[in-house]
Amino acid sequence: MVTFTLNGQERTFDGDPDTPLLWVIRDFEKLTGTKYGCGVAQCGACTVHLDGMPRRSCITPIATIEGSDVVTIEGVSGKEADAVKTAWAGLDVPQCGYCQSGQVMSAVALLQMVPKPTDDDIDGAMTGNICRCATYHRIRAAIHNAANSMEG
Amino acid sequence: MNWKLAITGVATLCLFVGAGTLLSPASVAQDAKTDAKTLKPATSFETIANQRERSVALFQEAGKVIQHPRCVNCHPATDRPLQGINMHPHQPPVVRGDGGMGLPGMQCTTCHSAENTPVVGQADTIKSIPGNPAWHLAPIEMAWVGKSLGQICQQIKDPARNGGKTMDQIVEHMAHDELVGWGWNPGAGREPVPGTQAEFGELIGAWVKSGAACPAS
Repeated sequence: MVTFTLNGQERTFDGDPDTPLLWVIRDFEKLTGTKYGCGVAQCGACTVHLDGMPRRSCITPIATIEGSDVVTIEGVSGKEADAVKTAWAGLDVPQCGYCQSGQVMSAVALLQMVPKPTDDDIDGAMTGNICRCATYHRIRAAIHNAANSMEG
Repeated sequence: MNWKLAITGVATLCLFVGAGTLLSPASVAQDAKTDAKTLKPATSFETIANQRERSVALFQEAGKVIQHPRCVNCHPATDRPLQGINMHPHQPPVVRGDGGMGLPGMQCTTCHSAENTPVVGQADTIKSIPGNPAWHLAPIEMAWVGKSLGQICQQIKDPARNGGKTMDQIVEHMAHDELVGWGWNPGAGREPVPGTQAEFGELIGAWVKSGAACPAS
């Protein structure tokens, strides 16, 4: 039995301890905003926050998160999340949208750590989130816009 | 001249040379394969009477571990780690960051955990994500990529480039450090470094005791 917090609520999982966190989030908790992309930590679509840090949920066995705090795209909140949401909508960042929950989770985590990121900061933090529609230029601009909006 | 005897002799010689030609490369290759996966025990070097030559030979044997991609990949000469037995640049394209732990928002722990983790996705080249509690890059002054074994040897002895370690601390690090030990337990889909960490530690210990001499190149 694994006990953890998911979007602020205590949850338990009693299945195979090797079950990836992503499976638990999607198949058992029915929160399908977090996506399966590659299953080998190469694309970033499955990014969640684990104890406040970005983490690829597809390669995170549930047994390793006992007592941890998990936040998904459905539960992410705070001024950085609000700023990112507004900036994303303002620039119509997504195209097909499949990678975007992972992109947003990485962007929010970056802004929580670096409130006014440079292009290099953004490229460094977002390098593991692949977008097959190549929306990278809008993602970078939206993160700058989100940072600027938090300054006031 | 006894021509019959001479011809028989030549034929016999040809037979031996032929057999040698047929057998030697295979057996040599087999030996080399075994040799690359094992470490000779430190005690086996005691037959080398000259202390300096013994010391160099000990380090060269330890070099089979030190220069293995499992170790060199995280001692890069740039800010980007390498990956795989063919030592290609790490994907995703991560960089060193503070303390060799990655950049804010993309630290090593985004993907690497305290243990090797089998993957759920199907990939010919990625069978597990490597992990260790101490997962991080070696500092830039400890860069090994592009250096000869002799240069790495000098570097390991230099406190300015070995993290301020004494030679006793180097022995301890090689013999017992858990991230060094990951090289022998690299997870599914990865070739471990040769021998065992205990054998490696004994080689480094014997190298230090014999004067820590370095190969010329």
